[in-house]
Amino acid sequence: MSAVRAHEARRRRENPEPGELSLAESSTPEPGPLIRPYGDTTGDGMVQVSFTLPLPHDKRAEGAAVRMAQAMGMDPALLVHAKAMGPHFTFFVVYGPVRHLVDIREIEIVEREFELLSSKEVNQAIRKHLRRKLVVVGACIGTDAHTVGIDAILNIKGFAGEKGLEYYREMTVHNLGAQVLIPDLVESAREVRADAVLVSQVVTQREAHLHNTRAMSAAFREAFPAGRVPHLIVGGPRFEEGSAADLGVDRIFGRGTTPGEVASYLVHALVRPTDTHPHTRSRSSRSA
Amino acid sequence: MVRRARSLARRAGRPVVDLARSHTTVSVERATLRLAGLGGADHENIPWVNHLVDAVRDGVGLEHGVALPVWDALGRDVAPDLTTLAQKAAAGGVDFRVPEGAARTRAGRSSRSAVARGIRAIDSQRRRRDRLITRHGDPAATPWIYLIVATGDIYEDIPQAQAAAREGADVIAVIRSTGQSLLDFVPEGATREGYAGTYATQENFRLMRAALDETSKELGRYIRLTNYASGLCMPEIATLAGLERLDMMLNDSMYGILFRDINPIRTFVDQRFSRQIHARAGIIINTGEDNYLTTADAVEAAHTVTVSQLLNEYFAKEAGLEDWQLGLGHAFEIDPSIPDSFRLELAHALLARELFPEAPLKWMPPTKHMTGDIFRGYLLDGFFNLVGAMTGQGILLVGMMTEAVVTPWLSDRDLALQNVRYVLNAAGGLAEDFHPPRDGMIQTRARHVLAEAVDLLETILADTDGAGDPPLLAAIADGTFGAMRRPPTKGKGLDGVVRRAAGYVNPAIDLLESGATR
Repeated sequence: MSAVRAHEARRRRENPEPGELSLAESSTPEPGPLIRPYGDTTGDGMVQVSFTLPLPHDKRAEGAAVRMAQAMGMDPALLVHAKAMGPHFTFFVVYGPVRHLVDIREIEIVEREFELLSSKEVNQAIRKHLRRKLVVVGACIGTDAHTVGIDAILNIKGFAGEKGLEYYREMTVHNLGAQVLIPDLVESAREVRADAVLVSQVVTQREAHLHNTRAMSAAFREAFPAGRVPHLIVGGPRFEEGSAADLGVDRIFGRGTTPGEVASYLVHALVRPTDTHPHTRSRSSRSA
Repeated sequence: MVRRARSLARRAGRPVVDLARSHTTVSVERATLRLAGLGGADHENIPWVNHLVDAVRDGVGLEHGVALPVWDALGRDVAPDLTTLAQKAAAGGVDFRVPEGAARTRAGRSSRSAVARGIRAIDSQRRRRDRLITRHGDPAATPWIYLIVATGDIYEDIPQAQAAAREGADVIAVIRSTGQSLLDFVPEGATREGYAGTYATQENFRLMRAALDETSKELGRYIRLTNYASGLCMPEIATLAGLERLDMMLNDSMYGILFRDINPIRTFVDQRFSRQIHARAGIIINTGEDNYLTTADAVEAAHTVTVSQLLNEYFAKEAGLEDWQLGLGHAFEIDPSIPDSFRLELAHALLARELFPEAPLKWMPPTKHMTGDIFRGYLLDGFFNLVGAMTGQGILLVGMMTEAVVTPWLSDRDLALQNVRYVLNAAGGLAEDFHPPRDGMIQTRARHVLAEAVDLLETILADTDGAGDPPLLAAIADGTFGAMRRPPTKGKGLDGVVRRAAGYVNPAIDLLESGATR
């Protein structure tokens, strides 16, 4: 099989079909700008997929699986495994090259808009410019009982070798835990005069995380005068970066976010060298 | 050391049991009415048991229990039956009173006879289970293979559960809709809408049990059904489980307090009643120690699992459960990147096995260190299964490689079961050969964890708070478990807790404690 693939890759480099992009440029050591998946030869486009079809396992089901893989752009599709799962379903593993190419020049990413700071730098910045503790309230809202996300960011224990926000001397952290009702969250934020509210949504179904986030944002905007709403941050694996405005929050953090990133971001968003009035709780960064 | 640990757990638990015996809750009272046959809900889906308990509470308070005021009202011909009484009470048309003298005796007697019918229904379901197990048989080997179904729609759950049983599952758990634990009522009827799970309702229980009875017959193996007696309606859900012949129930003594922020007293009162029901119904409980390890470090907090198991054991036995009904939980949650993580897992699992030799321990798969790398996750689940085989676990919750990615797909379950079958087939008998040396790392670690557990129990017993609460409550308030602070004066459901008056009557508790049927 690898001979076939190598041959295919060579053909596409040397003699692309009409309308087919040549792989010539991607065979150079410099990556891209046009790329495709890599199996064991540059440009071979090899991918593996597994899926289930609602068919009993027979020749027809295997044919359907190959057809499905072809429709996904795998050509030739190599059916390497098929197994009946009960009388009505069959599981397939398919390998093959995809014909698609990705132009990495077209990829849009949210570049980190803030500088990564050490915990010492975070503490220093807060002490020097905010001149009081930065108050953070965190919670899982709605029905989500999975505190792993919020705990990873807030608990001293932290995540990925970084200590959580509780570890930062210049921050006061209130972790309200799981299944916090939105009115309670708003009330707690008001009570402790939160600078930022961190909300985690890990397990979600039927877009509950989006509904919950919008409801949370609306509640805060109703309860606080404009410009004095705490900085609203949501995190969780199912949020799309770039949808913050749509959800009515200030920032979204996705899978793999570390406490250090959140702390650095909080300094970036809430602690500005311009905050020079220690006795007034400046909200300038928020209304900006 | 083991005896000492048990005696400390008893000393920590005893004052909490006293607390449970001196209080009641709205849910305990509602469960009592459910045993007497009151079901159904109004047009807004508010159950009649909620209406009736609320009305009694508004009228005369709950400190005497609902039984006397309710059956006194029925005895005065306020309404011909419970449902009509609840309807009238909901409309505000019933004056309840706490009867005295002969009226009190009459109300007590008629409430007991009504509630006893529910208890006998539970007894008869237990006998039916025994008959079906005799007819269809138990799984050929342990651990029993425990699989979760969670679509949100009972009519989708049923074919999935049947498929899972055909593929080898011995126990089917229907995960509840997240959020149900905080509902202060039990929803009614068959439900098709739930988040990350399906609502626990009497009708859903009945439908699923009937479907699995069919499958049991087809497979020649009794398939057990599991649900969750936790949250604010724990006593009612336990009651419905007994009436509908569920076979196992998640039922932890402290889970609701720590992870759902339910008031500690509410939890312990509800807990005791629900465990009494489970004991009577022949239901195996599953405790939730795995949860501690998802929030705390699985090595550092290993002894908190042991402490919780000991407390769960004490509370369970006090409520009448027997060893074979104690599915004490523990989990494979040590960070796989630390050296010797597998040996540590073996040590912890072996400790649980040796501490509770007669209990069908429930072994829970990795979740915290499942990263989304499904291939690595599949390997981790294999090692988890291997620990289960080597240490003779009773109930094995099947781990999914797509943990933390999606709710399990059909293929995820199939692959997971292949993993389990391979390991049990290849190494199922290894428990027989696995006797780690006394001076080796595994035994040493197990002894160390036990010693830490004893220390923690001693710390708990020495704990105090300003209000003079039992030491265990003070310890829970301090954040001793799962690093969460839960004071007895806070938490959800506190307003549903009532101190019993001297004349408190609850025929359900009387029947459960005496074992009587009438």
